[in-house]
Amino acid sequence: MSDPMTPLAVTAYTATSAIGHGLAAQLDALRHARSGLRPNDFSSAPLQCWIGRVDGVENTRLPAEHAVWECRNNRLAWLGLNQDGFLDRVREARERYGAGRIALMLGTSTASIGETETAYRRLDADGGFPDDMLRPAIHAPHSLAAFVTAVLALEGPCLTISTACSSSAKVFASAERMIRLGLVDAAVVGGVDTLCDSVLFGFNALELVSSQPCRPFDAARNGISIGEAAGFALLERVDAAPDAPRLLGYGEASDAHHMSTPHPEGLGAELALRDTLARAGLDALQVDYINLHGTASTKNDEVEAALVSRAFPAHTRSSSTKGFTGHTLGAAGIIEATIALQAIEYGLIPGNLGGSMPDPGCGPQFAWKNEHQRVDVALSNSFGFGGNNACLAFARAGFSA
Amino acid sequence: MSPLRIHIEGIGLWSKHLGHYAALQSLLAGDTPEPPLSKPAATTLPPNERRRAPESVLLAVEVAGQAVAMSGRAPASLACVFSSSHGDQAITDYMCATLASAPTELSPIRFHNSVHNAPAGYWTIATGCHEPSTAVCAHRMSFGAGLLEAISQALADQCPVLLVCSDIAGAYPLVEETGCTQSFGCALVLAPAVSGTTLASLDITLAPSGSVEPLPEPLASWRDANASADALPLLALLTRGHGRCLVDAAATLALQIELQQVAMPGLDVHHRNVEHVA
Repeated sequence: MSDPMTPLAVTAYTATSAIGHGLAAQLDALRHARSGLRPNDFSSAPLQCWIGRVDGVENTRLPAEHAVWECRNNRLAWLGLNQDGFLDRVREARERYGAGRIALMLGTSTASIGETETAYRRLDADGGFPDDMLRPAIHAPHSLAAFVTAVLALEGPCLTISTACSSSAKVFASAERMIRLGLVDAAVVGGVDTLCDSVLFGFNALELVSSQPCRPFDAARNGISIGEAAGFALLERVDAAPDAPRLLGYGEASDAHHMSTPHPEGLGAELALRDTLARAGLDALQVDYINLHGTASTKNDEVEAALVSRAFPAHTRSSSTKGFTGHTLGAAGIIEATIALQAIEYGLIPGNLGGSMPDPGCGPQFAWKNEHQRVDVALSNSFGFGGNNACLAFARAGFSA
Repeated sequence: MSPLRIHIEGIGLWSKHLGHYAALQSLLAGDTPEPPLSKPAATTLPPNERRRAPESVLLAVEVAGQAVAMSGRAPASLACVFSSSHGDQAITDYMCATLASAPTELSPIRFHNSVHNAPAGYWTIATGCHEPSTAVCAHRMSFGAGLLEAISQALADQCPVLLVCSDIAGAYPLVEETGCTQSFGCALVLAPAVSGTTLASLDITLAPSGSVEPLPEPLASWRDANASADALPLLALLTRGHGRCLVDAAATLALQIELQQVAMPGLDVHHRNVEHVA
């Protein structure tokens, strides 16, 4: 088990998803139990399902100097970066530390693959990409991080993490290690994934997509609703911002079981959880809220509900917020991290939207409706294909385990 | 800040010209190594998985298996970082072509094999590894950025880390965008402290990116043909046994790598490799 780590300050954060642009919209939707899911109006061919589509992405244009990066994913990234004063906070950090002393770690599962899909739908007579699609930087999974590093004018380490649905949780771990080693003084972390045919028809082929709005932890759940989102956070040492909420710990582990189904006993998920508690110096009794992975797939929710039941006391509250945003895949880690941070800031336990008939495997820890209480410590679970598990722990400023 | 010191315990290599690290040593010594079989053997995978696995997984698992065998470490004990500029280009080509013509006929297996962490998934499943595993990229800088990520994990958590960096060749039309015309994969087992199996110690400092590290032919052409072959300056340095090299890790950032010490002369590496394979 890992040694306790020195917490980091989360000095800025922002989220944009189907429930709105920016943190105020997200909080409002959570408070009013308002889902952002809608019938699929996105895929290039009909597919009966519900999606978490972000309004306004199509009308977003990148600044002229970044036009080479145009694609749906980078437009959503740009939309997200412009919320909650995030660009200003990064600029201030850059002025404080220097561009080379800030790392950029972003998670994405498909980046701008939607643009490559478009190129294949428009191949020219000799089977090649049309001229306007001859943009090598866009047809690469690093396109998101490369675009964002250009926008933020950062010159430190820059990495894309692409471990499917745990991607933008793991960025916190990579950033913490680089700050701990003194390679950088701060890090911008986050993730962006956008709707595209690859994920809609891909998850559909795996029979993991529900034709209804997703119902996490419901006894009759029958699959996920895919969403899109952009989220970012700025991490610095605590002495730079003693009043900011903290990243207290994280854990990462592998199932070593199957490419697309979780370990039946949640082995990797539990290892990631235990490692998180160890790094955070926490006992499970001290955890007030867990934002669950809760995709509404039959298997994930069964395994995760059992883990919550055996690892946490009844007073720990837990819920999935996929019923609000849909499963935002590589962006799920950061979006749900921001919901955990809002739970701490506003004392709001979001109800498990969509779960009207609780699965019998769910224990007393589940918050089916919104609850209001002080939250000092909140966890966020993110599990991905390939058995890739991550867990994050956040705490309010001044909390000491 | 003082340099990051990291120790190399194992090296894996596979391209259509070189079937293992000893082949590179032999090439740089002026010999003509025998090219490998047309497909990476990837014997770490059980036979049924080997038949099912896509080419990107076979390549990554092959070089990972070589490096771990050389290190003598148990594969399940290693955290792992799998880096790749483009993931599985053959699957990307299949997916985009199918989505353009018959989206509802998309293969579920090819879809789950399309995730960037497919090699990490297959590797951890085959070796029973529950340690943290990750999959990363940084376009043309995927080797340098992956190396920095792996070193950072090894030093921050004082644990050995397996780094794999690999890309398969692409096909038209995608290859016009990726520029990946030849397969290339390499792997390193990195450790935070010297041990009985240390092959070489490196001191690494972050530096502004500068000129492209010169390489002799045919290595320079191989590097042009695959982003993962950005590892060649470091592999050549390890073979040479002294000196330094520069590897790009981000648009404006490079790793200045100085070889501090080689524990054993080149051929011993070959002997250890053979011993473990046998």
